[in-house]
Amino acid sequence: MTTKADTAIKKTYDVEEIRAQFPILKELVHGKPLVYFDNAATSQKPRRVIKAESTYYATINANVHRGVHTLSTLATEAQEAARETVRSHINAKHAHEVIFTSGTTASINLAAQSLGQLLLKKGDEVLISGMEHHANIVPWQLVCERYGAVLKVIPISDSGEWDLGETPGQARSDVFTEKTRILAISHVSNTLGTINPVKELVAEAKKRGIITLVDGAQAIAHLPLDVQDLGCDLYTFSGHKCYAPTGIGVLYGREELLERMPPWQGGGEMIDVVTFEKTTYAKLPFKFEAGTPHIAGIIGLGEAIRWMQDYDLGAMAAHEYTLLEHATKELLNIDGLRIIGTAQEKVGVISFVVDPSSNSASGVHHYDLGTLLDQQGIAVRTGHHCTQPLMERFGVSGTTRASFAPFNTIAEIDAMVAATKKAVKMLR
Amino acid sequence: MTTAMTLAQAQQEVIDEFAMFSDWQDRYEHLIELGKDLPMIAPEKKTEENIVRGCQSRVWLNAEQKNGLVHFTADSDAMITKGLVALLVRVLNDRTPEEILNTPLTFIDTIGLREHLSPNRSNGLVAMLDQMKRYAVAYSAKL
Repeated sequence: MTTKADTAIKKTYDVEEIRAQFPILKELVHGKPLVYFDNAATSQKPRRVIKAESTYYATINANVHRGVHTLSTLATEAQEAARETVRSHINAKHAHEVIFTSGTTASINLAAQSLGQLLLKKGDEVLISGMEHHANIVPWQLVCERYGAVLKVIPISDSGEWDLGETPGQARSDVFTEKTRILAISHVSNTLGTINPVKELVAEAKKRGIITLVDGAQAIAHLPLDVQDLGCDLYTFSGHKCYAPTGIGVLYGREELLERMPPWQGGGEMIDVVTFEKTTYAKLPFKFEAGTPHIAGIIGLGEAIRWMQDYDLGAMAAHEYTLLEHATKELLNIDGLRIIGTAQEKVGVISFVVDPSSNSASGVHHYDLGTLLDQQGIAVRTGHHCTQPLMERFGVSGTTRASFAPFNTIAEIDAMVAATKKAVKMLR
Repeated sequence: MTTAMTLAQAQQEVIDEFAMFSDWQDRYEHLIELGKDLPMIAPEKKTEENIVRGCQSRVWLNAEQKNGLVHFTADSDAMITKGLVALLVRVLNDRTPEEILNTPLTFIDTIGLREHLSPNRSNGLVAMLDQMKRYAVAYSAKL
């Protein structure tokens, strides 16, 4: 299916033109120009998105789907237009397959609670991978515990990819068992940057009648997305990681499955008729959207997606890949520095540790490094990145992670590398 | 080292010492040095129990009471955190529980390390300080 966005004329990629749209990049940190390399934690917001949110509050703020008055109509129209924007961006079949949540965490909790009730019985299995974010581990543990199901984990290779057997990238049938009911996997690893071959594994799961959920939190800002082509039943992402406000996210679900899934949270907006004896539920997507939604966030998300659609996502991805290659090459010149996550297919995320080496008996703690980089105006993430099992897999307590966005530059990478060298020298 | 000084004087000494540094690099290099000079904690005191919760790095903090004074030893696997805990030990070590509990601590704020007090920081400086004060409360109850 060709979307409107595909046929529109894209802006030429110009990093300075993009930088000019992000007001925060003019801020100083400790008196130095901000170098923002924590995009995987949350992305910065272009002026257009900030403006869309404030314009909503300043001009059409009203509750949606309730009032007959003009503002309520305008707010409802704006919200539903954003839903259509999301639909077209991910190429869902219907706009009502797009459910707004507070973020990926809420999306996965909704899916887990509802699917658990629908599907899971004692002894059934939920399959995740060893590189999942805690948000794609703990919700499944909670439902497994409740229904007596078992959580199974796809092992991770030394390069930071799914270890599916002898043929890399090929789904070996024995990752599934006859008891596997749900497959829940990340599209892109937040810690390693690995782009997973989700389409192939989802296809294998589908052959076995397994329900599939793909956590796209880290993919949405980097990869073009087509949920129908991907073939998954459910797909989740957060707005704040793709230039939209915090507190808004999406659960995409195939219509047939969403119709079968029971509602999770009850309240206003999600009902059809309420009596004390029996309540009937609203149609999709409202069945899963209890209470007043984050209207301003939804409108901001729509604007953020339109902003992304103005550009050639391929050109953005190519730019990020250039940054990743340059950072990888330059960082590896630092004595004892080791990159965690060396998959062939990666987005612009680089996680590393500084080990003891032949020249130095001591390694560098990620916390110390992050603190000294911050003093130099460079924002990176340090710690376990909400993936403690993955840290354990690699035998480290944490890493330093730099994650890139289309507004980052080669000069900023060089600044980070120089700052890292300085910090390492101070710490050894 | 500081037994002759009151806690308030020890605090002032740290403030004066850090006032000599004009940039972040000197300040942090000094902090790292202070960490290196922190007397070794007895290996048997580096227990799970003595780990201060809420730190991105591992911090061990042990307290004992000697002659009515609270004696602290500590360690960390991160150098900046070790420097921070060394500063706390230097100011609070070998004092009565009352002095620890009743003297307002202002030095962290004034020596250019204010960001370490933010609740966002996972170095747990606040957690370390709370832990030291809890020990002081426990010992003052025992007296």
